[in-house]
Amino acid sequence: MTAARTIVSPTQLRSRAGRTVYWTVLLLTLLAFVLAFLFPFYWAVTGAMKSAGELAQVPPTLVPNEWHPETFATAWSEIDLGRYLLNTVVVAGGAWAIQLAVDVPAAYALSKLRPRFGNLVLGMMLSTLMLPATALLVPTYLTVSEVPIVGVNLLNTPAAIWLPAAANAFNIFVLKRFFDQIPDELLEAATIDGAGPIRTMWTIVLPISRPILAVVSIFAVVTAWKDFIWPLLVLQDPSTQTLSVLLQRIAPDMPLNLLVAGLVLTSLPMIAVYLLFQKQILAGLSAGSIKG
Amino acid sequence: MPKPMSTRFLTRPAEPSAAPDTGRKRRRGPRRALPRTITAYGLLSAALVCFALFSWYPIVRGVLLSFQQVNFVDAPEWVGLENFQRLFSDPLFGVAWRNTLLFTGFALLFGFAVPFLTAVLLNELRHARTFFRLVVYLPVMLPPVVTALLWRWFYDPGPGLFNEVLGTLGLPALSWLDSSDTAMLSLVLVATWANMGTTTLIYLAALQTIPGELYEAAELDGAGIWKRLRHVTIPQTRFVLLVLLLLQIVATMQVFTEPFVMTGGGPDNSTVTVLLLLYRYAFVYNDFGSASAMSLLLFVALGVFSAAYLRLTTRREP
Repeated sequence: MTAARTIVSPTQLRSRAGRTVYWTVLLLTLLAFVLAFLFPFYWAVTGAMKSAGELAQVPPTLVPNEWHPETFATAWSEIDLGRYLLNTVVVAGGAWAIQLAVDVPAAYALSKLRPRFGNLVLGMMLSTLMLPATALLVPTYLTVSEVPIVGVNLLNTPAAIWLPAAANAFNIFVLKRFFDQIPDELLEAATIDGAGPIRTMWTIVLPISRPILAVVSIFAVVTAWKDFIWPLLVLQDPSTQTLSVLLQRIAPDMPLNLLVAGLVLTSLPMIAVYLLFQKQILAGLSAGSIKG
Repeated sequence: MPKPMSTRFLTRPAEPSAAPDTGRKRRRGPRRALPRTITAYGLLSAALVCFALFSWYPIVRGVLLSFQQVNFVDAPEWVGLENFQRLFSDPLFGVAWRNTLLFTGFALLFGFAVPFLTAVLLNELRHARTFFRLVVYLPVMLPPVVTALLWRWFYDPGPGLFNEVLGTLGLPALSWLDSSDTAMLSLVLVATWANMGTTTLIYLAALQTIPGELYEAAELDGAGIWKRLRHVTIPQTRFVLLVLLLLQIVATMQVFTEPFVMTGGGPDNSTVTVLLLLYRYAFVYNDFGSASAMSLLLFVALGVFSAAYLRLTTRREP
């Protein structure tokens, strides 16, 4: 690959001294990255497989003396991880589905149908992005505990997470920006063929928009999976909690090896998602990104 | 809130996107416009309901709550500035703000400088690029609770990883989370590790848009590597740097998970942050009025700061 010109000039790089420095820096960076970003994962996975006694030993061992891979199975059944995993999947999956179902038609309407007062609506949605996320913590909690007009209490139900997640101005903004770039002629052709606006959205706009839908989907799932403070507030009944809330609650009383095994198991789905969709995630990031 | 701070929309600030065409006369007369508007609002209805219930209404309610006393039995009672007075007389109030500012300060020192320098370094390296990009973002995928619990174990003064590493390097052990001198710094380290992937990759993307000719021209003018960094790289990425700096300040002022999970505010209240105190007011003392007053103060502080920051930094733009 021909790299673009950067700070260090190619001539400097080609000299003998330049090459030595370059390779030294490269190796040191590799080493630093492995130590900083991979070693903690190694430490957690092997730590989970040490016996309780070995885990408490000072100094710690780099490689377990005895391997106890069955710790993962014990953690799974002891902590009842299956149930909390299911809760988390329901929360994240529902948040994803509702965000798409609510935000895609909204963005399409604002972008392609351009209703009266559309810009005002968009502006009011986008203005919520200016608010620090936590400023609404208490009033939204109270709203979820008794939804105005209908008067239902959503606490301890996944809907307490799904519905506020759907009010996501950022999704609408990104989707609208993408839809804006779809030429109107394409949609007009469909209209002439007799397709209504909803059919046009379904058969023309959505298939073209697959890349942005993928990005929005992945970030919706990852965000819901990682979230802590909101589920902590609205899912106080232990049987409804997500993995993050559960782990935080049981951490003080759990044997360390089981806890670490639980932490590893909780991270695995997200790491799998990352390895599968890294292209979309990294692309979504440089098109703009999420900060945790 | 379920939404994270978003730092998107930064990397392509001035992209001339497909002509903003809202003003263009597309509607063919009022006869077509009305059904179109009705369909559009049909499609918008779900979003409007969600925004109204879980965003717009809470905004208004949050402000009202700051001046009310609520106990859910009687009707909310107006108490004027009483909630604020209660906050100001709480000795932890000042401590929480000081700790939060301390956290933000440290987080900028590390969380701003380290990712930028890492991005500059990675941009120079011609090998293993995919590996670097993949690995630096890995911690971002971990749920913050998992990260916090793992690091609490790494920080353990007994069999913990970090003191072992320090020992191997011949350095004295640290008390990490157990001393009020180091606890906040320890939290900043975790937060930096967990989040630097995002900022590093955004900086990297920004660096890759710098035209190579600029470096060549600078080199012809006799600029060394350091000067090229100062006079080409930094000015060229200035917009992204400034916006990310602002967003990072706003995000770190809202730190909650790390102190909540790792220290619970201790030792000696050295890690009680504004949001942790807000949580206690709302969900431990059930004093939603004072908690809302705290939110309002945080919101006003961040709003004033953001406005001032944007004004100061954009004025110098040529």
